Amino acid sequence: MSEVQAPAAYVAPKARSLFEPHRIVLMLIFAGLIFCVAWFMRWDWLPRYQGRLVYGVGQTLLMLFSTAIVGFLFAVPLGLVQVTGPKPLALLARGFCTLIRGTPLLLQLWLLYYGLGSLFAQFPEIRSSFLWPYLRQAWPYGFTALMISFAAYEGEVMRGAFAGVPKGELEAGRAFGMSRFTLFRRIWLPRAIHRALPTLTGETVLQLKSTPLVATVTVVDVYAIISRVRQETFLTYEPLLLLALIYLCLTGMLVYAFRLLEKRIPTRGV
Amino acid sequence: MRFQHRMPTKLLGEKSVQKTGDASAGGVGNMAESAQAIEIRDLHKRFGPLEVLKGVSLSAGQGDVIALIGGSGSGKSTFLRCINMLELPTAGQVTIHGETIQMKSDGQGGLMPANRKQIQRIRTKLGMVFQSFNLWQHMTVLQNVIEVPVHVLGQPREQAVEVAEALLRRVGLYEKRDAYPSFMSGGQQQRAAIARALAIQPLVMLFDEPTSALDPELVGEVLSVIADLAQEKRTMILVTHEMKFARQVASHVVFLHGGVIEEQGPPEAIFENPQSERLKKFISSIH
Repeated sequence: MSEVQAPAAYVAPKARSLFEPHRIVLMLIFAGLIFCVAWFMRWDWLPRYQGRLVYGVGQTLLMLFSTAIVGFLFAVPLGLVQVTGPKPLALLARGFCTLIRGTPLLLQLWLLYYGLGSLFAQFPEIRSSFLWPYLRQAWPYGFTALMISFAAYEGEVMRGAFAGVPKGELEAGRAFGMSRFTLFRRIWLPRAIHRALPTLTGETVLQLKSTPLVATVTVVDVYAIISRVRQETFLTYEPLLLLALIYLCLTGMLVYAFRLLEKRIPTRGV
Repeated sequence: MRFQHRMPTKLLGEKSVQKTGDASAGGVGNMAESAQAIEIRDLHKRFGPLEVLKGVSLSAGQGDVIALIGGSGSGKSTFLRCINMLELPTAGQVTIHGETIQMKSDGQGGLMPANRKQIQRIRTKLGMVFQSFNLWQHMTVLQNVIEVPVHVLGQPREQAVEVAEALLRRVGLYEKRDAYPSFMSGGQQQRAAIARALAIQPLVMLFDEPTSALDPELVGEVLSVIADLAQEKRTMILVTHEMKFARQVASHVVFLHGGVIEEQGPPEAIFENPQSERLKKFISSIH
C-alpha cells in the first residue's frame, strides 16, 4: 500500500488481502473450532432429518416473506395517513402502531391463537363457513400476528420516510402537473422506500428471528423441527448449533439481497 | 429590440419561436390582448396576518423576458409561485395563453382551485426551475428529464428520450445523462433542472432565483444557458438577484417592494434612470 490516494470521500478503501498474518491466525482458530464441532459432536442424526429440515427452512422463509410483504403493504398506508391523512385516520394509525409496538409479539400471538381461535370455535356459523378449514389450523394466526407486527413497525418507519422526502422534490412534481396519484407513485413512494431501505433491512432480519415464535402455537417451522430433533435424540447442543448456523446463513442472504437492492440507486453522503 | 439573432432552434419550443419575427414582440402591454402569454390581475397573497402581495398585475407577451427584482421579502418569489398555483393566491386572477385558471372561494377569505385537472394541465405548460434544483434524487438525469413527458404527458418513451438527449446535449450534460443528481455539482444539477423544464415544451419558463443556491464559480454556466433561452425568444419570468444578468437578458424589468410593483420598465430605464426612491436605494445597494 505504498501509493497515496486522494482523500475522496466516497471511494471505498482498498480491500485488504485475506492472507495477512492476523487473518491467517484467526482463520486457523476458526477452522480448528469447526473441526472440533464436526469431529467430537454427534451428527449422525442429520441425514434422517434432512428432508424435514429443508421443509422447516422453507416454512420459515414462507412465513418471513409472506408476513413481510403483506405487512409492508399495510405499512405504506399506515405511514402515509400519519403524515398526510385526515386527523382521525392519522390518530387511528398512530394508535394502532403504538398498541402493537407496545406489547410483546408473543402475547399478541397467544391472544390471537388461544383467545380468538377458541372464540371462533364457539360459533357454529364460523365452524360451518368456508373459512373454517383455515381457521382451525394454526398458521393463519401465526401469519396474522407476525404480519400485524411487521405492519406496525414498518408503518412507523414509513411515516418517517414519507416525512423525510424533501418537500422541494414533491413540489417539483406538482409544479409539472403531476396528479396526486402520479406524484405518489412516481416520486413520493419510491423516494420514501429508498430512504427507508437500510432500516427495512434491519427490520426484516428482526422479523426473520421473530418467526420461531409461531412454533409456540404448533406451526412447524425450522425451529419446531429442531425442537423435535432435540426431543427425539436427547441431544442439546448439536441441533441448536445447527439452528444458529441456519439463521445466520438466512440473515446473511437477506442482508446481501437488500444490499443489491440499495445499490440500484447510488446515494452520496446522507 | 435587443436580440434579433434568430437561433437555429430545432425541436425546442417551436411554438414560442414562431412568433419571433413579430416586430412588436418584446414590449409589455403593446401587443394585442390575445397574444399575451401570461396575464396576472391584481394578485393578493396573505400568510396569516402578513400580506405578502398587495395587488400585483403583470402581463407578458410572447417572447418577453421579464425579470423580477427586489429585496428579500418583497414577495417576488411568492408572486412567481402563485403563477402556477404552488402558492394559492388570496385573491386575483391568472391567465395563461387566454385560459384563466378557475378559482373558487375556500370559505376562509382565500381561494382554492375550482378545477384540479385544469391546474394540472396548465402546469404542464409552465416550466419551473427552482432555487434548490429539486431534481428527483432517485432518478438519473435522463430519467428526470423524461419523467414528465412520459408519465404526465403520455409521450412514447423513445420520443421523450430523443428530445431529452437533445436537450441535455444543449445544456452540456449529455455525458452525465446516466448520473444521479447527488453526484453532480450545483451548476450541473441546475442545468439538468432547466432541461427537465424544457422537456415539457413549456409556453412560459418560470425561474425562481435559479442561481442563488450556487457557488459563485458555478453561476456563469447556468446563466449562459438561460441567456441562450432568452435569445431564442422564449417567454420567461425570472426572479433573480443577478442584476447585471437581468439587465442583459430581460426585455422588461419589474421592481417589487413591499408586495406591490414599485417601478417597471425596460432594463435601461430601470437601471440607469430609476424614478422611485426605493429603486434608487435598491440599485445603489447592489452596486
